[in-house]
Amino acid sequence: MKAAVIVFPGSNCDQDMFYAIKEGLGEEVEYVWHTETSLDGFDAVLIPGGFSYGDYLRSGAIARFANIMPAVIQAAKEGKPVLGVCNGFQILLEAGLLPGAMLRNRDLKFICETVPLKVVNPNTQFTSEYKQDEIIQIPIAHGEGNYYCNEETLAELKANNQIVFTYDSQNPNGSLADIAGIVNKEGNVLGMMPHPERAADLVLGNDDGLKLFQSILKHWRDYHAAYTS
Amino acid sequence: MKKVKVFITLKESVLDPQGQAVKESLHNMDYKNVNDVRIGKYIELEIEDSANLHQQIEELCDKMLANTVIENYRYEVLEEVQS
Amino acid sequence: MPLTHLEPSPEQIEQDKVYRKMGLSEKEYENVKNILGRRPNYTETGLFSVMWSEHCSYKTSKPVLKTFPTKGKQVLQGPGEGAGIVDIGDGQAVAFKIESHNHPSAVEPYQGAATGVGGIIRDVFSMGARPIAMLNSLRFGDPSIPRVKYLFEQIVAGIAGYGNCIGIPTVGGEIAFDPCYNENPLVNAMCVGLINHEDIQVGQARGLGNTVMYVGATTGRDGIHGATFASEELTEDAERSAVQVGDPFMEKLLLEACLELIKHDALVGIQDMGAAGLVSSSSEMASKAGMGIHMNLDDIPQRETNMTPYEMMLSESQERMLIVVKKGREDEITAIFEKWGLHAVTVGEVIEEKVLRLEHKGEIVAEVPVDALAEDAPVYHMPSEEPAKYRENQSMAPWKPQVENIEETLTQLVSMPTIASKEWVYRQYDHMVQTNTVVAPGSDAAVVRIRGTRKALAMTTDCNAKYLSLDPLVGGQIAVSEAARNIVCSGGLPLAITDCLNFGNPEKPEVFWEIEQAAKGMSDACLSLNTPVISGNVSLYNETNKHAIDPTPVVGMVGLIKDIDHVTTSEFKQAGDAIYVIGKADGSFGGSAIQLLQEGNAFGKAPALDLAIEEQRQAQLLEAIQSGYVQSAHDLSDGGLGVALAESVFGTGLGAEVELANDLAIELFSETQSRFLVSVTKENREAFEAIVNDAIFLGHVTDKQSIQFSSKNDVVTVNPVELEKAWKGALTCFMKTEN
Repeated sequence: MKAAVIVFPGSNCDQDMFYAIKEGLGEEVEYVWHTETSLDGFDAVLIPGGFSYGDYLRSGAIARFANIMPAVIQAAKEGKPVLGVCNGFQILLEAGLLPGAMLRNRDLKFICETVPLKVVNPNTQFTSEYKQDEIIQIPIAHGEGNYYCNEETLAELKANNQIVFTYDSQNPNGSLADIAGIVNKEGNVLGMMPHPERAADLVLGNDDGLKLFQSILKHWRDYHAAYTS
Repeated sequence: MKKVKVFITLKESVLDPQGQAVKESLHNMDYKNVNDVRIGKYIELEIEDSANLHQQIEELCDKMLANTVIENYRYEVLEEVQS
Repeated sequence: MPLTHLEPSPEQIEQDKVYRKMGLSEKEYENVKNILGRRPNYTETGLFSVMWSEHCSYKTSKPVLKTFPTKGKQVLQGPGEGAGIVDIGDGQAVAFKIESHNHPSAVEPYQGAATGVGGIIRDVFSMGARPIAMLNSLRFGDPSIPRVKYLFEQIVAGIAGYGNCIGIPTVGGEIAFDPCYNENPLVNAMCVGLINHEDIQVGQARGLGNTVMYVGATTGRDGIHGATFASEELTEDAERSAVQVGDPFMEKLLLEACLELIKHDALVGIQDMGAAGLVSSSSEMASKAGMGIHMNLDDIPQRETNMTPYEMMLSESQERMLIVVKKGREDEITAIFEKWGLHAVTVGEVIEEKVLRLEHKGEIVAEVPVDALAEDAPVYHMPSEEPAKYRENQSMAPWKPQVENIEETLTQLVSMPTIASKEWVYRQYDHMVQTNTVVAPGSDAAVVRIRGTRKALAMTTDCNAKYLSLDPLVGGQIAVSEAARNIVCSGGLPLAITDCLNFGNPEKPEVFWEIEQAAKGMSDACLSLNTPVISGNVSLYNETNKHAIDPTPVVGMVGLIKDIDHVTTSEFKQAGDAIYVIGKADGSFGGSAIQLLQEGNAFGKAPALDLAIEEQRQAQLLEAIQSGYVQSAHDLSDGGLGVALAESVFGTGLGAEVELANDLAIELFSETQSRFLVSVTKENREAFEAIVNDAIFLGHVTDKQSIQFSSKNDVVTVNPVELEKAWKGALTCFMKTEN
């Protein structure tokens, strides 16, 4: 599997994502600069966290107009896995690949800590290695992670089982329905505020996030096995 | 050249924690008659005049300046400005 | 039409003593006249006034700074450049420096703190190093005062805002509260960077005819005279114009572009435009290379219209760098910056004559010898005098606390803002980005691994100013020793220090005496522990309405952990482990936390320190850690053994049972120096005791949720869950209380 890590000016978790794939997963990975226009040859698209364009105007608002974005949207349409973490999630929302928007955290402060997440939907290509309702410890680090959408959208998210991760026990940022991560209807675009790439190396004391990347790899392998046989 | 003032505010249905915090502080300062505070953004544009100016402004507000999932906007077009 | 015609003429400057307002003394002005052989014009007077300010020239602190030990076989770059650099083997090195932003933070706390962070990051990447971690050392007044609370909240937010955005983890630091900082908060930011030996850069403008380029943000009128501002006492109507606004996004681009630039062979020299902006970067780079610079100010990218040469040269707009590149290779450099959306602009060239020559609108508006600006600032040997307060403290009979209820006292101690958990603060800092943080904030030292190796770096900041207020010499020794204890407890060998000397007005002999004594104490400890001073900064005039802060020479230290397996943290690991304390309690209470708690202020003698014992215990503990015998290690600091024990239990669900030889109040709360709390598995006890001479067996880690202290005539049991609640909640509680 070959993954692309999209780098915008101001991205700062690009390296972390890169190493999670390269060292955590042991798969091929490359950085793709925001001025590129093609993602041909990549099997997965990863949009890392950070402060793209300084998060000026709104988080992700400027990045969605970058040259690379049409290729990201195209990849999503083709059914390739597209993962947006933190700022990456915000960009996916702004780009309309996922429904809803982000507000500032309930207590207006940036929060960096490891929080318990519940895997509410283990039946996606990002979560198949987790069990239903498994509690995993994943770090968050954001000032605008308070997910919001209107009631119809929320009803739809629930009906389609699009809510993938929720905050367990305590909601750190005030997000609607404790939402920490959602997928699109087709299930191949995941946006999440917590950082699985920060929990992919036991030297740092936690590898609960590694299964997310292993799920992507497994799905890719299964798909290819089916395709080639 | 026209000057355009764009005002962006959170939709009424959306909680504004910044506004709430400011309201609380004002109350603590004894301005009890402040019933609500909503915080928004103010953006100034200098823009070449054109026949479809209004359409263009709305387009760029919808596309980029505001996120219509959570925000409303309104704008004013001011008279000619010297570039 | 330039606005320079509004400026006073050289004659008027002399007549009306305009130079006094800019911070030059009469004698200094005469000196400038002698150097130039004529009266300086307005721009030139400005150049001298900022370059000869304390902030840039260290004119009063230089005689003291010269006494610091700066050499060692690990030192690759000592003081004088953007940051100091020490070797960590395998062709790798670590660059680090600490710097103050106290005055700007007192006036505009969010931006003051944010730009402090931005400045120190530039210092590190201008050396060619990639910043891998940030630390800080903060001092605030009494947090129940609304203004102090506001400063605290805003300064923390400013540090978080800048560091989080640029993507450098803020991994550690320390915070203390004391009324002496009510009006004068201290904001010291430290940056640590990683570099390969061959990439080390210096800020030099070498090579006749080479091109001087300007990169980064545009120049505005912000921060003019910031350096002078930092060299004066804060007054009621402090200069508001000195406040700059930081742009971490711009700095992130600048950082990435500069690290690409470093690898380019067309680069000759690079320096941050920090304090005194264009003047200091240009004159220092030229002076170090023994060359001069001709600059055309029309080419300086400007944010505002009608800027005068004076304003451009003295502006402290943030996120700018000055670089010197080989002539004819400018386009290659421009291309690197374009990739990052930045402009690199040619603004001048290196000339043979050792002068800074400024051209503006076709005229030469200033011509000044670069050495006069960068090197020849006057040096003052200030009078120093032992304060009466010191004599008094030395002659006092030892104070002893009255403790009726151990549990209550311990609860009060862990609830003191200085001792309480700082989670409320570090939760706002992204301390994990870059995914190298092995030990996050909250332990003795932070630990950051070096990817691709078995090595890691331990880093910490430290200073107990209360001890220094009683005895700056011993307090200075303790500040360095305590930093080293933190490194050793984490499994690292202390390498070197950076320091930030925060003091009051040095023109007062008592304050200058404190500076001298503290520096002497620090030097003693640095020599003894083999941790030379490789970089640093001085912040004087931390006074408001004649009230000086306690002497606060903050020590930033980095140590090398040879193998990631040596990383040790302070919390207990498992029931059954043996608990040891290294070193006996001797009943030192001068400046202790319990004295502050019970008496409201510090007095008496500071705790004694024997550097030979300190060095020996640190070496032995490190050997025991490296041998794999130690489960947990924690240095005894504020609050003594009682607090250290409690902290080692917090968050573990474990308990402890310890037996102490003497009176519990003395055993638990005395702040005797050079002590450590260590836990060791049963199997390793013998081996551990064979290495660590002064280890005293105290008892065991238990799986009961209780801490039991017993002595000959006392048994006290404390509930660690309640204690932890108090410790964790104290700061949050302060910050939630409405005014």
